[in-house]
Amino acid sequence: MNAMAFVYLAAILFSIGSAAVLLRRNAIVAFMGVELMLNAANLALVAFSRLHGQLDGQIMAFFVMVVAAAEVVVGLAIIIAVFRARQTISLDEPAELKG
Amino acid sequence: MVSPVLFWVVALLTVIPSLALLFARKAVHIAMSIVLVMVGLAAAYVGLGAPFLGVVQIVVYTGAVMMLFLFVLMLVGVDQRENLKETIKGQRWIAFFTAGGLAVLLIAVIGRVTIAPADEVVGDPEAIALVLFDRYVLVMEVLGMLLITAAIGALVMTHTPRLLPRKTQAELHAARVLAGADPVNKPMPGVFARHNALDVPALDPDGNPIEHSVSRVLEVRDQMSDGAEFRERLDSTANPEDHQRPHHAPSRESDQRAPRASEEDGK
Repeated sequence: MNAMAFVYLAAILFSIGSAAVLLRRNAIVAFMGVELMLNAANLALVAFSRLHGQLDGQIMAFFVMVVAAAEVVVGLAIIIAVFRARQTISLDEPAELKG
Repeated sequence: MVSPVLFWVVALLTVIPSLALLFARKAVHIAMSIVLVMVGLAAAYVGLGAPFLGVVQIVVYTGAVMMLFLFVLMLVGVDQRENLKETIKGQRWIAFFTAGGLAVLLIAVIGRVTIAPADEVVGDPEAIALVLFDRYVLVMEVLGMLLITAAIGALVMTHTPRLLPRKTQAELHAARVLAGADPVNKPMPGVFARHNALDVPALDPDGNPIEHSVSRVLEVRDQMSDGAEFRERLDSTANPEDHQRPHHAPSRESDQRAPRASEEDGK
């Protein structure tokens, strides 16, 4: 079986993650959708690394992991700050940005 | 070549739990199923010739990131109800169609790709390190700065400045006395030398029961004793010696109100 199959799998996981971001109102669940999309991209990168026979794809996946870890720290800090300010983490609640 | 068994195991292990992201109700269940997805992806990495990334995936994602998610979930309250009323009409179907369209688009594009077969590489830690600290060393440095910035950003974001100066112990004590609290410790429950169980109020110097000496928990549970049963037992087992005594010390009245009268008579 070709490593291309994993790229298809990555596409499906990415779509599920994006559906979660569009669908869910809970900020933490939507954030987990973002994580799933990042992981799908990682899977595609590793599969491409295998297909091309070069290590660069794996290095890129490693960088994505580091950036994702930093992003999780800041994102969860924002969620906690929002929760402190308005006692909810629903994404519909902060409607003040409406014009 | 990748073994088909590995692929199908990984596919089932990642796609089915990730559907929980769309359909599961409780956030903790979703987090645990995402942990399962991460483990499945780690297996895929090892199968694709990236053992280093597989280990990093388990350590970073299942070990740190998802546990951080669970931690924040517990912090903001697991029972945060997600209201399912749609603010934008038909949002659910728009989301499903958009995501489905994205999947179809991506799969169609991937289907047209042809890649010339190449030699297999194995990304063991040594090979990764040689590339990472040679060609990508500048990126490594920038990532270090990014991590420091993220850590400081999280600190700033969750820091709440103190609005009033911190109170000293002396000030706290003065405030407590002003509010009319006991200047000393609360009295212990139980009547000295008679009945020192926790469910009986203490007696003050005048012999009156001090209600607040009994734990509030017992009061709420209605397990407080007013001493009636002990009084009854004292009366029923009327000891003949008691009558010979000048004053049979613990009489029924001395238990509750006016206690001192009989004793003073005796003296």
